[in-house]
Amino acid sequence: MLGALSRNRPLLALLRGGNGGDKAASAALWAASKRFMSSDNTITVREALNSAIDEEMSADNKVFVMGEEVGEYQGAYKVTKGLLQKFGPDRVLDTPITEAGFTGLGVGAAMYGLKPIVEFMTFNFAMQAIDHLINSAAKTNYMSGGTINVPIVFRGPNGAAAGVAAQHSQCFAAWYGQVPGLKVLVPYDAEDARGLMKAAIRDPDPVVFLENELLYGESFPVSQEVLDPSFTLPIGKAKIMREGDDLTIVTFSKMVGYALKAADELAKEGISVEVVNLRSIRPLDRETINASVRKTSRLLTLEEGWPQHGVGAEICASVVEESFYYLDAPVERICGADVPMPYAANLERLAVPQVRLGSVGLYGSRVKKRCADACM
Amino acid sequence: MAVRQALRRAGGRLLATQGAMAPAALGVAGRGLSTSAEPITLEIPVPFKGHNVEPPSRTVETSAQELTEFFRTMFVMRRMEIAADSLYKSKFIRGFCHLYDGQEAVCVGMEAALNDKDCIITAYRDHCTHLGRGGTVLEVFAELMGRKDGCSLGKGGSMHMYNKKGGFYGGNGIVGAQTPLGAGLAFAQKYLKVEGVTLAMYGDGAANQGQLFEAMNISALWDLPVLYVCENNHYGMGTAEWRSAKSPEYYKRGDYVPGLKVDGMDCLAVKQAVKFAKEYALKNGPMVLEMDTYRYHGHSMSDPGSTYRTRDEISGVRQERDPIERIRKLLLSHEIATVAELKTIEKEAKKEVEDALAKAKESPSPDSEELFSHIYRKSYGAQAYGADRKEVVVTLP
Repeated sequence: MLGALSRNRPLLALLRGGNGGDKAASAALWAASKRFMSSDNTITVREALNSAIDEEMSADNKVFVMGEEVGEYQGAYKVTKGLLQKFGPDRVLDTPITEAGFTGLGVGAAMYGLKPIVEFMTFNFAMQAIDHLINSAAKTNYMSGGTINVPIVFRGPNGAAAGVAAQHSQCFAAWYGQVPGLKVLVPYDAEDARGLMKAAIRDPDPVVFLENELLYGESFPVSQEVLDPSFTLPIGKAKIMREGDDLTIVTFSKMVGYALKAADELAKEGISVEVVNLRSIRPLDRETINASVRKTSRLLTLEEGWPQHGVGAEICASVVEESFYYLDAPVERICGADVPMPYAANLERLAVPQVRLGSVGLYGSRVKKRCADACM
Repeated sequence: MAVRQALRRAGGRLLATQGAMAPAALGVAGRGLSTSAEPITLEIPVPFKGHNVEPPSRTVETSAQELTEFFRTMFVMRRMEIAADSLYKSKFIRGFCHLYDGQEAVCVGMEAALNDKDCIITAYRDHCTHLGRGGTVLEVFAELMGRKDGCSLGKGGSMHMYNKKGGFYGGNGIVGAQTPLGAGLAFAQKYLKVEGVTLAMYGDGAANQGQLFEAMNISALWDLPVLYVCENNHYGMGTAEWRSAKSPEYYKRGDYVPGLKVDGMDCLAVKQAVKFAKEYALKNGPMVLEMDTYRYHGHSMSDPGSTYRTRDEISGVRQERDPIERIRKLLLSHEIATVAELKTIEKEAKKEVEDALAKAKESPSPDSEELFSHIYRKSYGAQAYGADRKEVVVTLP
């Protein structure tokens, strides 16, 4: 690896610690580092996030990164790897373990006009700073009559990992998704991660960017367009991952992968499933959701978080409000169990949705039954 | 008044101009009101107390013009807050209303040592602080009454007044939250190489907040140009300082952050302390300034302010330490103004406040559409629902 590096002068020059680089240099670095990916045009979610942050920091000097271990440790999950070396300690800041303090600092810097990216090691710890996300960031543009906006990104892993137990496994999508003034993004694959992260950094409002720890290492094929430094995705637009006619599954983040797997299984049974990847919890793409349900007549929402007042609840309400007469069956939700996350592996498996391959999964059989009923 | 302060901040001093002062107001000795910029040297009566820092000298330089401006500005602020009291009682102001009368010397003294590169962020007792940063009495009254001409278009209210251009970041309702925000403003100033400091103001009640110490730690670690200004009026709502703080020596609470205790009822002491601290912060990082001050009103309009302190205490402070009276005595004893001239200034200040109030009362309520404006700076055509979801669905502007 080092040998390959030494042959690459632009890459080396940048790694030696430039003072911000520029767009062309960043693109050169990106093209060069592609050599180190698993195969051409396949990148991991981690690489997608890293490259997005890198490019945006190169393009705009006001963008900076702060959080615990983002600098010298290269990121607790290595999402910020290499950034300290490239941009220096003035723009990549290791903070003490004081979420309320450093989040408030980030929000204040954003109010002044900088563009902070605040990393929470997990969103569980953001609860210590939640007053700043809601009262200091989300509401300020409104309370100030539009004079003070807060162009900040709060990012980090959200939801269940594996075996990290109750205090480290909560999904916060529903809580943040409720707040006017916040934008809440939930990438699934590498394309989502790159496009949404770049859009979030450029966005003039506070963005809560909910990643997933277990997705960081997953690889996805991406087009050349996605790798271009100018690539962004629109905020507030869901993506149809897979088209279908019999059932709409609306989901986000890691569960998109589960829904796609289940759809494959159900296809063997002759059930055609449309999978909607929300990409954005707030604004919620009600148009795409409802258009899909009007086509398939059946809705299933899928999330890892707790059921009561969850994301699925809002989606179901929206569909019932706007597409009631198109429904052939009651709306259905699959969510995490109504329990704090247990540690024991067997209990943990019971606490979050699973895809059961082989026999058609838990919800597959229900869906199959519902489809069968409708055909009677 | 905003114009005058803007001029002052532009570095120019109003020289020998009578401004709005009636030229006919001649004193007993037959000379006009002195608005000379000639330096006058005074001794600050109450000594500073230092924590890990050598306090500044008690000798302060001022001028007739500065002292007159102090007097006028504080008088306008006092009248404004008293008018707000009446407005609240006649139900023009709703919700919360936290009045600053008694504490005027803090924000006025501060402004004398600051310029437009500096920032201030404070808590909810912000009407006068807003004025000091270039706000107008009209926009304060209109905001208090929830009208269109309010500084936040009527959508913020008493606790949420802002002036970004003037370097005023609110107006914050959550006790203590403004302190890390202030550290963030200072971070941005340092990042962008603006030669300015941020004054993060908080009260004795907020002084025990954990996030304040988190902010102090980071600011000291990163050498941020922030001054933590504790407006110690000795009561956190109804709780006296000795009942809420194990150590009510707030200027020492920064530990490794040096601190100064200042007589907050003395404009000149405040000015001297802030000038000193600003120089320090630009080179070395944070400092704590404890302003020993007092509020005449209760915590808010729903608090009579006399259940946890005696009326004798309140009237005692008014007699002995009132900031406006202090400046009045200076103006008279140094023959800068006569009693009659001061009365003229007072009359004009009252008129300024009354005119602003009348104009504010005429200001209309915001249009209904404003319910949905400014949620985002950029909405991407997102929709929002009103209370009646069938009737009111709005594509955000």
